[in-house]
This record gives sequence, structure tokens and C-alpha cells, in this order.
Amino acid sequence: MSPLLLGVEEEGQSRVSSPSVECISQNGLGIREWNYLGLSDFCSVDSSGVPDDNGNNLNLKATELRLGLPGSQSPERETEHCFLNSGKLDEKTLFPLLPSKDGICSSSQKSVVTGNKRGFSEVKGTIYTEKKWMGPGAVPDSQSLQPVSHGKYSVAQASVKKDGRANVIQEQPCTSNGTKVNRTDISNNSSAPTAKAQVVGWPPIRSFRTKALTTSSKNNDEVDGKPGPGTLFVKVSMDGAPYLRKVDLRMYSTYQELSSALEKMFSCFTLGQCGAHGTPGKEILSESKLKDLLHGSEYVLTYEDKDGDWMLVGDVPLEMFIETCRRLKIMKSADAIGL
Amino acid sequence: MNYFPDEVVEHVFDFITSHKDRNSVSLVCKSWYKIERYSRQRVFIGNCYSITPQRLIARFPGLKSLTLKGKPHFADFNLVPHDWGGFLDPWIKALAKSRIGLEELRLKRMVVSDDSLELLSKSFPNFKSLVLVSCEGFTTDGVAAIAANCRFLRELDLQENEVEDHRGHWLSCFPESCTSLVSLNFACLKGEINLASLERLVARSPNLKSLRLNRVVPLDTLQKLLMRAPQLVDLGIGSYVDDPSSEVFTKLKAVIQLCNSIRSLSGFLEVAPCCMSAIYPICENLTFLNLSYAPGLQGNDLTKLVQHCRKLQRLWILDCIGDKGLGVVASTCKELQELRVFPSDPFDAGNAAVTEEGLVLISAGCPKLNSLLYFCHQMTNAALITVAKNCTNFIRFRLCILDPVKADPVTNQPLDEGFGAIVRSNKSLKRLSLSGLLTDQVFLYIGMYAKKLEMLSIAFAGDSNKGMLYVLNGCKKLRKLEIRDCPFGDVALLEDMGKYETMRSLWMSSCEVTLGACKTLAKKMPSLNVEIINESEQLEFSLDDRLLVDKMYLYRTLVGHRKDEPEYVLLL
Repeated sequence: MSPLLLGVEEEGQSRVSSPSVECISQNGLGIREWNYLGLSDFCSVDSSGVPDDNGNNLNLKATELRLGLPGSQSPERETEHCFLNSGKLDEKTLFPLLPSKDGICSSSQKSVVTGNKRGFSEVKGTIYTEKKWMGPGAVPDSQSLQPVSHGKYSVAQASVKKDGRANVIQEQPCTSNGTKVNRTDISNNSSAPTAKAQVVGWPPIRSFRTKALTTSSKNNDEVDGKPGPGTLFVKVSMDGAPYLRKVDLRMYSTYQELSSALEKMFSCFTLGQCGAHGTPGKEILSESKLKDLLHGSEYVLTYEDKDGDWMLVGDVPLEMFIETCRRLKIMKSADAIGL
Repeated sequence: MNYFPDEVVEHVFDFITSHKDRNSVSLVCKSWYKIERYSRQRVFIGNCYSITPQRLIARFPGLKSLTLKGKPHFADFNLVPHDWGGFLDPWIKALAKSRIGLEELRLKRMVVSDDSLELLSKSFPNFKSLVLVSCEGFTTDGVAAIAANCRFLRELDLQENEVEDHRGHWLSCFPESCTSLVSLNFACLKGEINLASLERLVARSPNLKSLRLNRVVPLDTLQKLLMRAPQLVDLGIGSYVDDPSSEVFTKLKAVIQLCNSIRSLSGFLEVAPCCMSAIYPICENLTFLNLSYAPGLQGNDLTKLVQHCRKLQRLWILDCIGDKGLGVVASTCKELQELRVFPSDPFDAGNAAVTEEGLVLISAGCPKLNSLLYFCHQMTNAALITVAKNCTNFIRFRLCILDPVKADPVTNQPLDEGFGAIVRSNKSLKRLSLSGLLTDQVFLYIGMYAKKLEMLSIAFAGDSNKGMLYVLNGCKKLRKLEIRDCPFGDVALLEDMGKYETMRSLWMSSCEVTLGACKTLAKKMPSLNVEIINESEQLEFSLDDRLLVDKMYLYRTLVGHRKDEPEYVLLL
């Protein structure tokens, strides 16, 4: 596995959102003929047909500007990159998906746009001999070369998972001066985008549709409960309780109401606690006693917000709370000291 | 020719409704031309820049229904910059000034302003029907004007438009006296609406047959609406989320059972899968099901639903249905004619949701299939050849392999043979979109066999000018050709310049066409508008004819250069 791969993988696994440029330098590989996600390095590797080469090999064929998307190869070329880390390319292409979601998008996009749009100065004097672009998307092709591949083939495409759609790319300024790294690799990987997804207008889906689907999935992801204006169910757990409950946060207009509802829900568990603590089991637990139990030193109500932090319920206005709360937890106050 | 009085000929023409036929009829002789133009009520203009509104009005004084298309098709995919053109305004202004009694307006890919909508709503007292598809430039204020002023409005159909939402009062603008609504589709609007107004509107619209809601309309409103309008034929559900044990949901289940006229179902913009069982009773009668905007439904939810839809003729669905799910479709929906499978996550490498297997299953199980739009991660020649054997009725075949230059993963060959088989066996093919790794060979096949082809979309394909030439020479019925990122250049462009007069338009972007060639073409063919779209900062256009143009769009026209082009468009 090339060090680059390792770097990318680590990056992916740790969900580091620092731009991959940093990661690359951390790998000590230097920045050379590759885009932010490092994929073009493979591209140059591919073209040279030497798997271990890190792009130094200036295979003339690889430097040809060809038309076509990443991964397009004329048939005779394909035989060249048979042994490329094909299996590994799977991982390699997958992992860039993660960091790119976070922060690399914009930088990659820039590099893509400059690559993709041929400013006239770039184009002047370019002689097109063969018509395919070399791109990091050589990946899918090389994967497809696996001799044992069958019809049903799960290919990890060299695409970047992100919300940045073609729209976004379009808006990037199109300059013939590439941003940083990409200038050098224009001649090599023919300014092909780092990933398919960053090609303007591809796949050919109406932007209305792409936007609509993204909004939908955002809505579905954001809350733990069912999406929709009507209800907002979140899970409520309690330390020591054998199972969780769900409450609809939209049902309550004050914290007091929410608190009472939770008390009612979890009274059965606290009964047990009372018993365990030596209170005579036959004594009927009055509501006030229950309240004391919950409001007293025993338990506090906490929630996990959108950022994943555990917060004490009651600090923010209810509307804000409802918006950010993902789930609730009734903690023993001893555990809640950090809050 | 004049054996019959004009009135008789005119009466005969009443039975001729297709645009093509009426156009042909008008060419027979002067007399027929005259009779035809006075009796013509419906006009279709595929490119709004091919004619001016003034000439339209002059020729067809009896115009009642106008269809206009603006931007080129690739504008859908952000290849055409903002403000390129396609403005409705001049058309409305001209029509408003004239004595045309416009009743119906259908627009696609046009820029529509609130002012135009308002002018429209006030200028034509008999205006009945507005259909906007993939348009932009207007807000809900414009929609409000239509609602408020068109007293006999029957149809307000907004499909996939980019509308700036000024928060919902538009619906309340329908006057109490408006009871003529037959079709209301506002699914593409994003903002809140007054639910009570909606309920009242539906209650006073006894002719309402088609209702498509947007995502803010909750389930309990849906239930109330269906109570009022059990006669609906086409329903688009907005939000479909509730607790299945709730009283509202129980009521909904009951009322859905009464809606046995529903033949078309869409929406589910927000959905709780556990609620889908309420829909099953109406599935039996469905002919059109569109779940392509319902990412909340997983593969098995979709499969379960589809199993009930035996009479389905058109299915639009997301690829999370998977190959297995498509297998269920294939065994259940024997009447299927049109299938569209959209990617639920176009940029995700992750799971290959549908592959060639699903398509093969469909082709084997659905003998009536004639229209396909299929997004997948891979395709093989073998699969396409099988599909071609199974299905010979294709009119539209659009295959989009998400990696645009992907070869056949089994053989590593280009997909030339596969597509070749498709065009060879589907002699009625009118529309074709290609993808995957393709050489000039596929174009040879297309030129040889696709004799009825009218629209062809090519991306990242071919090796040389020959490819484009095969198509231009062979496809005699070609009307629209759109090409991006292919190695086609001047030789191909200039070989048969007269061909473009037989076509509506040609789009070439990121190809190898030089400015000089475009200039030559424009000079030799005055009946064509040749537009160069240049978005880079280089403005030295006139300097170097050897420069490759980024985007070229040419179209035939009767009225020369348009006057509304933006800065970055050069009209040669």
C-alpha cells in the first residue's frame, strides 16, 4: 500500500476535516501532480503502468490531453494498469468521500473547475491526438479490469460524496490559473476532476431533483424522531431502566410539562429505586415524593444536542431546545457533574 | 383543390389535431394554408427564438393554446449559464397587446417573471390553464396573481420550477367564486401555505381531478382533503408522516378506501414507511406511480408497495429499489410501458443500487416497455443485447451510467455492441441517450439503424469526427442533437451544413470545434443562429479563429439574431 493510500485511509477513518493537502504533506510525499484528494497520483501511476511510481514517470501518453471523463481510457490503454492497487483503489476512493464531506469540497471544486473548464489560454496550441481524458477516475476502469469481475460488480466509484453538486462547481470562478496544486497536473491528468461528481453537469440529473433529494435526506437525518412538522419523537433513556421511551417534544409548551410527562413515564422505575433504597415497599409513592426524587439530588434531565454534546435541560428557550435536541437522558446527578 | 367550400375544408381540419399534420396540411396550397391558419387554435413552438411573437400572432389570429420551450435541454444540468435567455416577457406583452384570446399556456425551461404572470392574469379573461415545467424567475407573488385574477382557471400546474417562496398567501388569493379548478399542482413550492384555505378551495372545486401537494401539507390535512375530493384521479402527497396508531391515521385509511378513482400517485416528499400500508387499497388501480422524490422509502418499502400495483403503466422510482426490487416490478407490472430509475445519491460511490441485472429482469418481464430512463452504476454489452432481444418497442431509451466512460465490467469492452443491438432491434426509437465507454463504432450503428431517431444525447463518447458524421448522415429524422465532451470538431461540424436546417438545434460543448468553423457556418447559413457561450475571462474572441469554443448552440430560425442575449453570448 502506498503511503498515500495509508494517509488517505487514516484521514477517512479519523474523519479529519483538514484539507487533504495537509495530510499529504504529513505523509511526506510532497505535493506533486495531484489534486487535493490525491487521486490524480494514481492517475499518473495508472498511465505509466508502473504501480509503485509516484507520478515521476512522465509517460507521454499520460500527458496527452484527452477528452473524456475520469476513467476514460482508450482500449489499448486499459491493459496498462492492470495491477493497480485495484482492490485498494476501492478503499482509496471510498475514504476520500469522508473528508471531502467536511471541508475539502471547496478546494477540490476549485481545482476541478480550473481543470475542467479549458480557458482559452490553456487550449491554445493544444494538439488533440487522442480523445480521452486521463483522470483519477482511472480508478473505476482499473477496477473493472479485475479478471474475476462478474456482471454484478460493486464498484467503488471515484466519486466524492458531497452535497456540492454541479451547481456549486459552476459558480466557482473559472480562471485559467489553476489553484495551487492543480496547475502542475493539468498537463498530466489533463485537468480532469478529482472525482466524477465534480464534473459540471454530470450525472445528468435536473438540479431541481438533486436539490429536492438533498433537502429530504437532510430532514431525515437531522432528528432522531420522525421528520415532519407534526411530531418530533426523541428517545428518552434513564439510567437503570431496562428499556427506553419516546416522547414527542412538540407536545409540550413548557419545560414543566415535559418534566411532568417524563416523571409519569418513568415513575415505575423510580418506584423500584425507592424500594431498593429501603423505603417501605408498600408505601404508595405520592407524586410529590416522586417529584422530590427526580428534582432532588437523585436525577437530572439531560439531552444530546445536534453536535453530540450532552447538555442540561432547561438552559435555552424551549423552541431552541426542541430544535437541537436529539435524545434525552435521565441521569443520576452524580454522573451529571461534568455538565 | 377547391371542390369544397372553405367551411367544409375547415370542418375536416378540425379532426386534424397533431401539430405535424396541421403543419403539413398548411403546405399543400395557398387556400389550405389560409384555412388552416385561421382555424388553428393550438401552436407548439419548440424553440422560442425560432420565431417572434408578432409573426405568431399575425399568422394565427385564432390562437388559444400556446406551448413554448426556451433553454436548450442541457440547461437542466447547469451547462447553460444564468440569464442565457428564454424570457417569457416579450411573448406575454405581444399577446396582451393583440386580440388573441389566450386560454392555455405551457412553458418549459423559460424565464418567467412575476410581472409576466401578472400581465398574463389580467390580459386574457378566458385564461384557463397554466403549466410551467422547469421554469424559473418567479415567486409565489406571480402565482398569487394568477390565482386572484384568472376567474375561470382550470389548471395551475407547477412542475419542478425554481420558485422563490414568499410564504403562502398565494393560495388564499383564489377568490371564493373560483370553483372551476380541475388541476392544481404546487408540489415544487417549498413554503408554508394556509391549510384552511386549501381545504376550502378543494371543498368548492367539484371538478378537481388532479391535486399535488407540497411537503408542508401534513397528513391530517391530506385526510381532510381526500374527504372533500374522493373523485380525485391524480394525487400527489406532501408529507406522509404520522403515528400509525393515531386517530388521524385511522381516518385516513378509511377515506383512502373511498378514493377509488385515483390512477396516479406521486409525492411522499416526507414519509414514514410504517404508514404506507394505508395506500395499498388504491394500488390495484394505479397506472402511474412516481416515488422518485421519496427518499424516505427504502428498498423493501418500495418493493412491498409495488407488489400491489398490477396495472401500473408508468413507474418512476429511486434506485434504492435495487435489482431485486426491479425483479418484483418485472413479475408484477405486466402492463408497464415506462420506467424511470433515478439515483438516490448521484455522487455516492457506495452501494451499486441498480445494475444491468435489474434492467434485464424488467425487459424480460415487461413486454410493453417502450420508454426507459435508467441510472445505474454499470452496464454490460450482454445485458443490453438481452434487453434488445426482449424489447423491440422502445421509443425512448436513455441509459445513464454514473461513471460516464465506464466500460463493460465483464469484458472491458466499450458498450458499442450493446447500444448497437438496441438501435438495431428498436426501429421506432425516437430518443436515445448514451453513456459508458463508447467509440465511433456505436455511432456507425446509430447512423445505420436508428432511422426514426429524433433526439440524441451524447457525452464523453467517440474517437473522431467520424462518429458525429455517421449520425448526421444516417439519422434522417434527427431534430435535436446535443453533445458534450466528445472529440468532434470542425470537419464534422461543417461537412453537411444544410442538415442543420432540418433540425431544431445542435448543442456542442467541450468538443473540438473552433471559433473559425462556427463563423464559417454562421456565414454560410443565414437561417441558423450560431451562438457561442463563453464564460471564461478571455475576451479576445475575434482574435483567434483557432480557439476552441467552450459551448456552441445553434438553431434554425426564421427571424435572425435575437436581441436579448447576455454579455457572454456571442451571436455569429
